[in-house]
Amino acid sequence: MHPAYSVILFTTASGAGYGLLSLLSLAGLLNLVPLDPWLGFVGFFVAFALITGGLLSSTFHLGHPERAWRAFSQWRTSWLSREGVAAVATYAPTGLFALGWFLGWTEHWIWIFLGWVGIGCSVVTVYCTGMIYASLKTVRQWYMPQVAPLYVLIAAATGALLLNLLLVVFGEASAWSFWTAICLLALAMLTKLAYWIAADAESKTHTAGRATGLGRFGDVRAFEPPHSTPNFVMREMGYRVGRKHARTLRTLSLVLGFAIPIVAMAMPLLTSGVGTGLWSTLAAISAAAGILMERWLFFAEAQHVVTLFYGEQEA
Amino acid sequence: MTSLPRKTDKKLGLVIDLDICVGCQACVTSCKEWNTGGYSAPLTDQDPYGADPHGAWLNRVHGYEVGSGEEGRTVHFPRSCLHCETPDCVTVCPTGASYKREEDGIVLVNPDTCIGCKLCSWACPYGAREYDYDDGVMKKCTLCVDRIYNDNLEPRDRIPACVRACPTGARHYGDLGDPESDVSQLVRDRGGYDLLPEMGYRPVNKYLPPREAQSVPAEAPVETQSSGKSGKTSAADRFFTWADQVLSR
Repeated sequence: MHPAYSVILFTTASGAGYGLLSLLSLAGLLNLVPLDPWLGFVGFFVAFALITGGLLSSTFHLGHPERAWRAFSQWRTSWLSREGVAAVATYAPTGLFALGWFLGWTEHWIWIFLGWVGIGCSVVTVYCTGMIYASLKTVRQWYMPQVAPLYVLIAAATGALLLNLLLVVFGEASAWSFWTAICLLALAMLTKLAYWIAADAESKTHTAGRATGLGRFGDVRAFEPPHSTPNFVMREMGYRVGRKHARTLRTLSLVLGFAIPIVAMAMPLLTSGVGTGLWSTLAAISAAAGILMERWLFFAEAQHVVTLFYGEQEA
Repeated sequence: MTSLPRKTDKKLGLVIDLDICVGCQACVTSCKEWNTGGYSAPLTDQDPYGADPHGAWLNRVHGYEVGSGEEGRTVHFPRSCLHCETPDCVTVCPTGASYKREEDGIVLVNPDTCIGCKLCSWACPYGAREYDYDDGVMKKCTLCVDRIYNDNLEPRDRIPACVRACPTGARHYGDLGDPESDVSQLVRDRGGYDLLPEMGYRPVNKYLPPREAQSVPAEAPVETQSSGKSGKTSAADRFFTWADQVLSR
């Protein structure tokens, strides 16, 4: 599948934004962080900027961005529509919760209620993003039970790194924020590894012979293509550069996206706080590069069934 | 609405005879010609006279080599929307632009509400939907919905453009929901099949398999007047040799 940069940017940035949004809300609700107005302001500002920037970037790949509002209508059947509805719905409780935090209405039961609703909405939104891919039967590497949880876990892990960095900047960092990041990163990494193992082990069930129905006469080989240069279907679904370097890129994304951030989060704990700011920044930057790579691979490695009509033997 | 109809009154579709198709591309060009002025207008091309020409076409004909040796054959394989009974391309659409008609089962895209997110093309295993880069919306086979009900056309022209254009009669159009229709009988008689039935989209269009290859008796070596001589052949000799070969086929 062609890795469209707008979609890669959207899923990673908005994922991290929703992660930060819900973890900051959770920390506030559980009194793990001081309910300082400016901590809240900066934290929620960054979260909303990432989410809104991501959502806007996702409209760049649309043929008609001005009609994007129509995408809220088909939530009964479409995960993309559900994602849109959930994303917009999340703004209301989380926006009011952020406002309440800033203005100090943090004792009111409505504020607490809005906080929990906002966390729920954020998780649902990211889950819907994952389900857009996980519901497509045509792409074997996407139609897997690990895909939607992976989107949620990676969103939470990257959000935890951002929350930790925020707390470091405000001088409020404590052991739990490092431990949260380490645990979420480890969980996301293990799920990603399980996903790769499962995706590689799964046998390819569709063949060119079955796609054309001509397998009964022998092996089917593409002879004359229907067009002289790649058409939309080949440009969008026939992307395969990723597969050649997949191994290297997988390792790099694991190291940058998970291993280095985990080590960087553990260092301040082991050295009782030496270079906390440096380690936290390194973790966030490394994770950003690694997760962008992971998301790029998620598209580039995915093989669409339609490639069977264009010369692939199995999918 | 992207919810699928429970059932459709008719199942209009195509039956494509792979035994007859010669890969002449007449259906492809005829489809493009009609649809660039019809429901899907415009069907744009990009860089048409440059180094990388491509564009939106609703019907493509592939050529496959199948088997090898004496059993080997070339199969020309037209591919377009199969107007599935339970397609995901309709249900994934976030705007309701993609829909399946209750009255005849035709799957259409409303070009006025499509946002060009391309998700339907990802959901289709048959590559039936193509994005129009200039128009910014998805294009797909309409089964020539603007021909088949068009009272301004001669009755014989009220069929899809590809079927009308096919010079060999490899394309048939009709109601596959009516077991007594000509197309349904054709499917029964010739063992018509679905593409990728295991994906569960229940395509309406059917493909008729190529017939088994008939064994052709080996040709007897042709005796020519010049054989056995010095190897020189006159123009007249060559003509008679050629005529003999042609007539003894």
